[in-house]
Amino acid sequence: MSRPRPEPVQVVKQRRDAALAALVARVPYIQFLNITWDRRGDELTAVMNFDERLIGNPMLPALHGGATAAFLETAAIIELSWQMIWPLIEGGEAELPALRLPKTIDFTVDYLRSGLPRDAYARARVNRSGRRYASVHVEAWQDNRDKLFAQATGHFMMPQQND
Amino acid sequence: MSADKAKIAAQFIQAIPHSRALGMKLVEIGDGEAVIEMPYDTRLIGDPDTGVIHGGAVSALMDTCSGAAVMSHPDAPASTATIDLRIDYMRAATPGQTIRTRAYCYHVTRSVAFVRAEAVDEDTSRPVATATGAFTFERSK
Repeated sequence: MSRPRPEPVQVVKQRRDAALAALVARVPYIQFLNITWDRRGDELTAVMNFDERLIGNPMLPALHGGATAAFLETAAIIELSWQMIWPLIEGGEAELPALRLPKTIDFTVDYLRSGLPRDAYARARVNRSGRRYASVHVEAWQDNRDKLFAQATGHFMMPQQND
Repeated sequence: MSADKAKIAAQFIQAIPHSRALGMKLVEIGDGEAVIEMPYDTRLIGDPDTGVIHGGAVSALMDTCSGAAVMSHPDAPASTATIDLRIDYMRAATPGQTIRTRAYCYHVTRSVAFVRAEAVDEDTSRPVATATGAFTFERSK
């Protein structure tokens, strides 16, 4: 009894990266903020690439609280969607169905220190994902992983198959 | 709005690069209250299936408007920063319509300002989103 031969590494990577790219490419606002994702297996890190347009306080200068909130919310929605499609990606579905995105019910941002004018990173953790609702926590940092500059918790309505 | 006030209002947004990028327009400001509009823009779409604006853009609008309300408080703070902001999304904003937010700074302590905000589109009877926030209130020395 031998296990089937594992797929070549580049086939696996290509499949996962294509699924992630397709998920992200559909949302114009993600391009507007220039948010990209680093992927290690199923772990995602969102990156908000710095741009002058993200500044809220030019005197300091500091990132706009609204840009930070949007970054965290986007990171939460993509993580939630990614976890929804992961079994399909790995289940060998030839064609992924066009996925409806979760809708935000509420979102609470905790600003811990001012965002510096440079790239920001975020990772989201799905604390509970039910049939209808999900609760997600997100942490964002810049230079130092242990020094968060913002964190957030949000509740989301999961997309229903037939509505 | 007088010509002077209109100029100050325009400069307020011009001074905030992110608010300018989102096309925000300050409509009213004074006595701890502010009204800011954000016209519909396809670059801000969050749901490609419906064309609805991303919640994040609404958050940025709420945050800017709340900060403006704090800055316009009669006690005249030197500056402000968001401590926390909670947004509740009641419904999707109708695609194609401008979103208008009114924020009200309802209490200040020596160092903290408390703000409530509401966003509507052309149907002003049903809010799109509401927000509550706490902001630093840095008094000028």
